[in-house]
Amino acid sequence: MMLCLDGGLCRLPNRTTTDERSVATILRRDPDADIIKKIHMSTEHHIKLPEGSIEKTTTTLNLGPTHPATHGVFQNILELDGERIVSAEQTVGYIHRAFEKLAERRPLYQITTLTDRLNYCSSPINNMGWHLTCEKLLGVKTPKRVDYLRIIIMELSRISDHLICNSVVGVDSGAFTGFLYVMQYRELIYEIYEEVCGSRLTTNMGRIGGFERNFTNAAFEKIEKFLAEYPVVLKEFENLFTRNRIFMDRTIGAGPISADRALNYGFTGPNLRAAGVDYDVRVHTPYSSYEDFEFDIPVGSTGDCYDRFLVRNGEMWQSLRIIEQAYKKVQDMKGAESEIFHADAPSYYLPAKKDVYTKMEALIWHFKIVMGETEIPPGEVYHSVEGGNGEVGYYLISDGGRTPYRLHFRRPCFIYYQAYSELTKGAMLSDAVIVMSSLNLIAGEMDA
Amino acid sequence: MALTNETIKERLIAKFGDQLSHFEEPYGLLTFEAPKELNLKVLQHLFDDEELRFQFLTDLTAVHYPDQPGRELAVVYHLHNLIDNIRLRFKVYTASAQPDVFTATQLYSSANWMERETYDFFGINFVGHPNLKRILNVDEMDYFPLRKEYPLEDQTRIDKDDAMFGRGPLPAAQ
Repeated sequence: MMLCLDGGLCRLPNRTTTDERSVATILRRDPDADIIKKIHMSTEHHIKLPEGSIEKTTTTLNLGPTHPATHGVFQNILELDGERIVSAEQTVGYIHRAFEKLAERRPLYQITTLTDRLNYCSSPINNMGWHLTCEKLLGVKTPKRVDYLRIIIMELSRISDHLICNSVVGVDSGAFTGFLYVMQYRELIYEIYEEVCGSRLTTNMGRIGGFERNFTNAAFEKIEKFLAEYPVVLKEFENLFTRNRIFMDRTIGAGPISADRALNYGFTGPNLRAAGVDYDVRVHTPYSSYEDFEFDIPVGSTGDCYDRFLVRNGEMWQSLRIIEQAYKKVQDMKGAESEIFHADAPSYYLPAKKDVYTKMEALIWHFKIVMGETEIPPGEVYHSVEGGNGEVGYYLISDGGRTPYRLHFRRPCFIYYQAYSELTKGAMLSDAVIVMSSLNLIAGEMDA
Repeated sequence: MALTNETIKERLIAKFGDQLSHFEEPYGLLTFEAPKELNLKVLQHLFDDEELRFQFLTDLTAVHYPDQPGRELAVVYHLHNLIDNIRLRFKVYTASAQPDVFTATQLYSSANWMERETYDFFGINFVGHPNLKRILNVDEMDYFPLRKEYPLEDQTRIDKDDAMFGRGPLPAAQ
């Protein structure tokens, strides 16, 4: 049997094509034709073109707000000359949630959930930064074990933040494997969070004064598992990228910034350190007993995407070092000290549940705290921690009410994103995408 | 010799005399106030002085105090000297009727968006700012939401009344 290759169409009768003359004939005969023609003409002459678009020699490209390469909801309006970027204008605010306003009506413990949603790649750091701010205002002194447990969690979140950022730089330069590979190990970190506080992404972890419950043995086992498995993976991740010719060609020299400009633009965190400034809040203004630990600050020199990548990898190694030390310190604690997981702050820290059910006093405190009826002492405090992207600051003013009078978040992302136009001016479009991912722009942190 | 709060205070007073006021040290952070006309001069001096060297702008924001007539809005700068590792907080007050404050964008590129944010929420008019427009809120918004006169919640709800948050008298019993 013979097969008709053009799918049966060959058997259809030939179509007659109407040539121009016959169209004209039809139009002349049809009484409505003039109207049709008029409508047709009128649309043709009223196409709204942006002003100056005919003379314009550049192309406008909207990178975002919902572009896969932006990894978050924010927009870049790029003016392109071929593939070169002439200028870039950034627009933020798509997920602005008025956190600072909301915080003025919430008792301190309810603000923790707002901080989760700033940099959601490392929310425990935000949670703990907020708790440290409250503790500073309230004068709560945390026991060493709480400090060390916090450090374990904060460094785990730093790793989870950096591994996402670095592997996404890989994705944007065309290498998906690394991303998929380390993603499994972020999962291990999230399992630790889950064991400690019950949630994974927006953690709401800890309370003012410490943790809501002690770490379970399962949590420590998971930390041990992570400490045993992750170094191998990180090494392999580095082997895949660090000396990879394609990756180096794509990232070296892309989006560089000098130390001077970076400081002037308010860069902090890995992005500043990649430019050669060794500013780290953990060392400059130690909090949560960071002074008890031995670690280095990796520093770059050129401030380009490659240096940012190297600095973040270096920091992950340092974080592992810190976690190991902290874990050892926690394990070395003996007797009553090894069971402490919160400070003695009865006005802010919820009493044990079994006491709430059996004792009047505990029930009253529980009620007072949950209803947010504890009055905060008046004061003005600025506290900052080293977040995944740099200095996360909390400027808290209390006038003695039950909620802050004013709370301002210093969000590192928001501050350094404005340098993006300077970083990408004259660069290729493909570089702009990598610069965006290597700055680790988190929309949640930008918009607050 | 490490820079201390006392040295900073002395050097500032030597330069500006009694124009600077309200020196405080809440939680160890040197805080002071200047007339708003002087904000750039003070910032510039803090930046250039070979001992002070406050060359990093950590944070810039505003606070609204509706109960202080003539000085309702405070613009707050947090500065950091990264060499001696010391921070300070510097405030200028302005009336909400004419909230003009000079921009710090010439000194700090980072001030650009922080001032836009402050304008967006408090309506501080930063004189000389290259691109003073809203940044987080929509352009059509015609008020400044973080000012205290814009309440957060439904005002008919008495369970959310200020009194319930420890401010003002308790509402009359229903």
